[in-house]
Amino acid sequence: MTTEFWNGNMAAAQAVKRARVQLIAAYPITPQTHTVEYLSQFVNDGELDARMVKVESEHSALSACAGAAAVGARSFTASCSQGIQLMSEVMYFTSGMRFPVVMAIANRTLSVPVNIWPDHQDTLVNRDSCWLQIYAVSVQEVYDLMLMAYPIAEDPEVNLPLLISYDGFILSHASEPVVTITQEEADQFIQPPGQTDRAILDPENPLQFGEVLFPEWYPDYEYKKHRALADSLTVIDRTFRKFKEQFGREYHVVETEGTGDAEVVIIGIGSMMQTARYAASEMRKRGEKVGVANLRTFRPFPEEELVKAVGHAKTVLVLDRDIGYGTSGMVYQDVTRTFYHQEQRPELLNFIIGLGGKDITPKTIERCLELGKPGFTGQSVFWPDARGPKEGIPYSEGLTA
Amino acid sequence: MSIRDLSDPEYFDEVAEANAEERSMDGLRPTYGTVDPLSGLMDPAESVSSRPEHHRLLKYLRREILPTTFCTGCGGGTVLNTFTNAIDEMRIDPKEMVCVTGIGCSSWIPSPYFLCDTLHTTHGRAIAFACGVKVMKPDMKVIIIAGDGDLAGIGGNHLIHAARRNIDITVFLVNNFIYGMTGGQVSPTTPFGIRTTTTPYANVEHPMRIADLVAAAGGSYVARWTTFHAFQLMESMQYAIRKKGFSFIEVMSQCPVSFGKSAGMKDPVSNLKYLRDNSIHVDGTKGMSEEELEGKFVVGRLVERNQ
Repeated sequence: MTTEFWNGNMAAAQAVKRARVQLIAAYPITPQTHTVEYLSQFVNDGELDARMVKVESEHSALSACAGAAAVGARSFTASCSQGIQLMSEVMYFTSGMRFPVVMAIANRTLSVPVNIWPDHQDTLVNRDSCWLQIYAVSVQEVYDLMLMAYPIAEDPEVNLPLLISYDGFILSHASEPVVTITQEEADQFIQPPGQTDRAILDPENPLQFGEVLFPEWYPDYEYKKHRALADSLTVIDRTFRKFKEQFGREYHVVETEGTGDAEVVIIGIGSMMQTARYAASEMRKRGEKVGVANLRTFRPFPEEELVKAVGHAKTVLVLDRDIGYGTSGMVYQDVTRTFYHQEQRPELLNFIIGLGGKDITPKTIERCLELGKPGFTGQSVFWPDARGPKEGIPYSEGLTA
Repeated sequence: MSIRDLSDPEYFDEVAEANAEERSMDGLRPTYGTVDPLSGLMDPAESVSSRPEHHRLLKYLRREILPTTFCTGCGGGTVLNTFTNAIDEMRIDPKEMVCVTGIGCSSWIPSPYFLCDTLHTTHGRAIAFACGVKVMKPDMKVIIIAGDGDLAGIGGNHLIHAARRNIDITVFLVNNFIYGMTGGQVSPTTPFGIRTTTTPYANVEHPMRIADLVAAAGGSYVARWTTFHAFQLMESMQYAIRKKGFSFIEVMSQCPVSFGKSAGMKDPVSNLKYLRDNSIHVDGTKGMSEEELEGKFVVGRLVERNQ
C-alpha cells in the first residue's frame, strides 16, 4: 500500500488496470481524455493485458464494449457530455442485454452553448437507461469506487452496466493523494475476468441477444431489469462492507455528516458535497444545526437510507448541479417522491447551482441555506447563482457575495 | 492584481460597462460593406488609425474576437487566410454565405472568426446540418470547414452520403492528422508509424485517404491540397465554391503542437516542409504503384464530374 499523487483520470485508469480489464474502447473528449491516454500507455507498456480499440466515435466505443461483454470479456470505456449523449442509444442496449460494462465519466455539461466545464446534466439525463450511477466526491473515491465497479456490476444479482461519475476538472484534473492497493490485493477483491456464469455468446451453446420481444412478455422483461437495478442496493452495500474489511475505507450509499440533530439537511451528489460539508461545519460553529447527506448512488436511488439520514430535520435542501428543464433539478424529483408518503415530511427545497462549471463555493451553499431558512413560501426551486431569472436572486438585491 | 471572477458583482458590472463601451464603438468601425472592393481600403474617415485595421481582409472577420485562438504555427490561420482571399477575389458577399462547422480546432476557422452566418454544430454532424440549410436556402452558399476527426472520423457517414447525393454544398476538410483540440490522440488520418498520446509506441493502423473516399462516393469536384500550396489551394477553393454539386477539398494542414510534438516536428516550418516534400501532383502519379505512393499526399484535382 503506497500513497500516490494522482488526478481523477489517473486514479480511474489505475483502478481499471487493477481490475484486469480486457477491452478498452474510447473516443477523446475533454475532460475525460487522460483516462484513455494513461490506459494506452499501460497497454502499450505491457502493464495491462488488454486490447485497446481506438474507435471513431463514442457510439462505436460503447458498442465495442458491449460486443466484448457479449463474449464474456471485461470491458471499459470513458466519456462525458456529448459523448454519453451519442452513446445513449447503446446505453439502453447494454443494460437491456444485461452486460456489465463499466464506464468512467468525468462529468461535463451538455451543449449548446458549448461548455467543457462540469455539471451533472450529462449523466442525469441518462438516469433512465438502467445503468447504475455512482458519484465520487474525491480522487480517492474515484479510485476506490472504480475498484468496486466490476464486483458490483458483474454480481450475478445485478449484471447491469455501471458508471462512475466524477466532476470534470474539479476531480478529473486536480491531483490529490491517493492510497493505492497492490495487484495481489486487487485480485483478492476483484475476481479475475471471464469467470462469471452470466449468459454469453458461446458456440457450444448458441444464444441470441437483442431479439424482438412482443407486448405479451415485454413488461415482464422490463420489470426484471427494473428490479435488478433497484435491488442492486444490497449488492452495493455488501461490496462496500467487503471493501471496508479489506482496505479499511468506509463507504455508504448515503453518507451523512452531522445529520443526527440537524434541523436542516443538505442533500446532493458529486464533488460539491465536500464544499457543502465544509459550509455546514462552519454554520455549526455559529450554532446552526446543519447536516449533510451525500448520495453516493443515484441509481439505484437509496430511498430508505435517505429517509433514515434525514431523520427529524425540518427542512431538506436539495442541491442540483443539473436542471430538468421546465420542472426542477433531477435529484430533487427523486427526493420529493421518496418523502411524499412519509409521516414526517420535511420541507423540501431545490437549489440549481454550479451549472456549466460555475464555481460552487462555501458562500454558494450558505446562500442556499439563507434562502431555505424561511421554508416553503410558494417557491420550491431556486437559482441562487443565476442572474436575473424569475426564480433567481439577482446579486444586486440578494445576499451579498 | 487579485484574481477576480464574474461572481463578484462589482467586477461583473465593470465588465458589462466595458462591453457596452466596446459595442458603442461598433458604429465607428467599418464593416465589410463600407470598404472599396477595388482598392480594399477602408474609408479613412471611418477607420481607427491607432489599430492595424487597414488590412483589406479584416472586413471579413469578426474583429472583436481577434486574435485567433490558434496555436503558434497552426495551419488553421493559413486556411482562414486562403479562404478569406478566395471569397474576396470572387467578390462574394458574406451575406450570401452560411458557414457550418462541427467540433474541433478546424471548426474554429470560420466560427467565430469569419463574419457571416455561422452554424456551429455537434461533433461530426456539420454536413448533416448543412444539408438542411442548403435545402431550405438553395441560393445561399453553404460552406463547411471542419477537421478530419470531425468529418471523416465521427461524422464519416454523413460525408460519404452527402457526396453520393451530390448536394450543392462545399466542404473544406482540414486534415491535421490528429485530434488536436483534445491534445493529440490518434485519428483516422494519423499516418502509419506516428506516435500519439493514445499510440505511445506508434500507430499500427493505416490512415484513411479521405479525398479518394469522397471521390469514390460521388461528388462533383474533389481535390486535395496542403497549407504549403496556399495559392493552389485558394484557386481550388474558388473552383469548389463555383462548382455546382458536392465539392470537396481535403486540406492537409500542420499541427505543430499536438501532431508535430510526437511526430518529431515541433516547429511549424518543418511541418510545412513535411507537407511540401511528401506532396506529389496527381498528374505525376501515372504508373506509380501503391507502394510508391505510400505516405504521399496526391495533390491537385482528383475528380471532376458533371452530374
